Amino acid sequence: MLTANPQLNADKTLKHLLTTEGLPKKLIEQILETADQFVSVGDRDVKKVPLLRGKSVFNLFFENSTRTRTTFEIAAKRLSADVINLNINASSASKGESLLDTIDNLAAMNADMFVVRHAESGAAHLIAQHVKPGIAVINAGDGRHAHPTQGLLDMYTIRHYKKSFHNLSVAIVGDILHSRVARSGIHALTTLGCPDVRVIGPKTLIPTAVERMGVTVHHDMQRGLEGCDVVIMLRLQNERMSGSLLPSAHEYFKSYGLTADKLSRAKPDAIVMHPGPMNRGVEIESGIADGTQSVILPQVTFGIAVRMAVMAMVTGN
Amino acid sequence: MQLDAEPMIDLLAEKIGKLSSGTAIVGIHTGGAWVAERLHQLLGASHPFGTLAVTLHRDDFASIGLHPQKKSTEINFAVEGCHILLIDDVIHTGRSLRAALNEIFDFGRPASVKLACLVDRGGRELPYHADFVAMTMDLNADQELALTKDAATSKLRFDVKPRKV
Repeated sequence: MLTANPQLNADKTLKHLLTTEGLPKKLIEQILETADQFVSVGDRDVKKVPLLRGKSVFNLFFENSTRTRTTFEIAAKRLSADVINLNINASSASKGESLLDTIDNLAAMNADMFVVRHAESGAAHLIAQHVKPGIAVINAGDGRHAHPTQGLLDMYTIRHYKKSFHNLSVAIVGDILHSRVARSGIHALTTLGCPDVRVIGPKTLIPTAVERMGVTVHHDMQRGLEGCDVVIMLRLQNERMSGSLLPSAHEYFKSYGLTADKLSRAKPDAIVMHPGPMNRGVEIESGIADGTQSVILPQVTFGIAVRMAVMAMVTGN
Repeated sequence: MQLDAEPMIDLLAEKIGKLSSGTAIVGIHTGGAWVAERLHQLLGASHPFGTLAVTLHRDDFASIGLHPQKKSTEINFAVEGCHILLIDDVIHTGRSLRAALNEIFDFGRPASVKLACLVDRGGRELPYHADFVAMTMDLNADQELALTKDAATSKLRFDVKPRKV
């Protein structure tokens, strides 16, 4: 049975980071402010601070991801932690060990933090409820459910360029149905007081009753982008192409690929974001991905600072 | 109890005397940065100026956690080979100085670092000393000496308060 909010300590500080849903506004703001301090660490001669010295951080990736795993690894190393990367696909799980047995074994090696990526929604919650006090769990993506550090780095990026969330119009475009990035972003945006969040995509890729999350739905991308300040493009996973959800990559690009023409409907100073990896020519035109409005690479840089902030906060608490 | 810090700043500037050219003035947040700003005006605004936030190097992180603060380190000059005059309001245990030196060395290897403080209150736990001090004071371990800036006049003063535990 879930307690009120398993991510928080009794004093409302951050214990684990599992989802942006229900994360108090104050805490999100605190994470973003803490990340500010860490952005500059990346520019120094010595890109390291000693906050997590002597701590063991286990990166548990039950599902492949190069970028997320690498940025978590860099974040932990810049905080001076010892990082152990485990690619579980190729390890014990294939020999039949259960998830919680794997966790117990790593805890017996005196782990201080688990960074978990898993194809099943709820995996990080399960681990957080299982581990003994003093071990922190960070969700690095679970199924279709949540990818909170991506959601938070998107908020950091928006705040960096747009300063505030009031009066902003943010459009999230693409495969909303399967996207944990979209879900984490929507929860964070509404908590931070963004008044206009739109989701844009074909009917087959928009979850039913998504309006309950406080968003408006558009199936016509041109209309959906009208007057937007921020455009968040989502990756179209190749495996979705083979099913009955979409006709073809070419058709998809025609309707929902971000082109200069479609982007001209947004505000002239609108920023374009993408969580990566990009499919150029499927969800985004190459010229836009590399264009002046694109902040896709700064997102990666900010992602390290945001992950450092989250790791420092769960450890310090 | 309150103490006017203004005469101490003048006295400290007098004790430091003339800085060799190229010496950078660096203040430790928050109180040290205020004092450093004032000394920077008194000693010559042509010297490079910087501020240090030492939270990322504190040795008490494990017990007190990370306190979010908006102040950050600003070092916009080359530390490598530079002479640095480091400024803090109070020298006490020496732990924030250790953190400050670590922070400086993250940016490069200075030629030298000298330390100037308004008050030396004793109680050292690490082998640091100040090269320039305006005033020494004996305080009990349960007392805290806090520099405050008057919002209206920008004048600095010390408050002696019971220490928060």
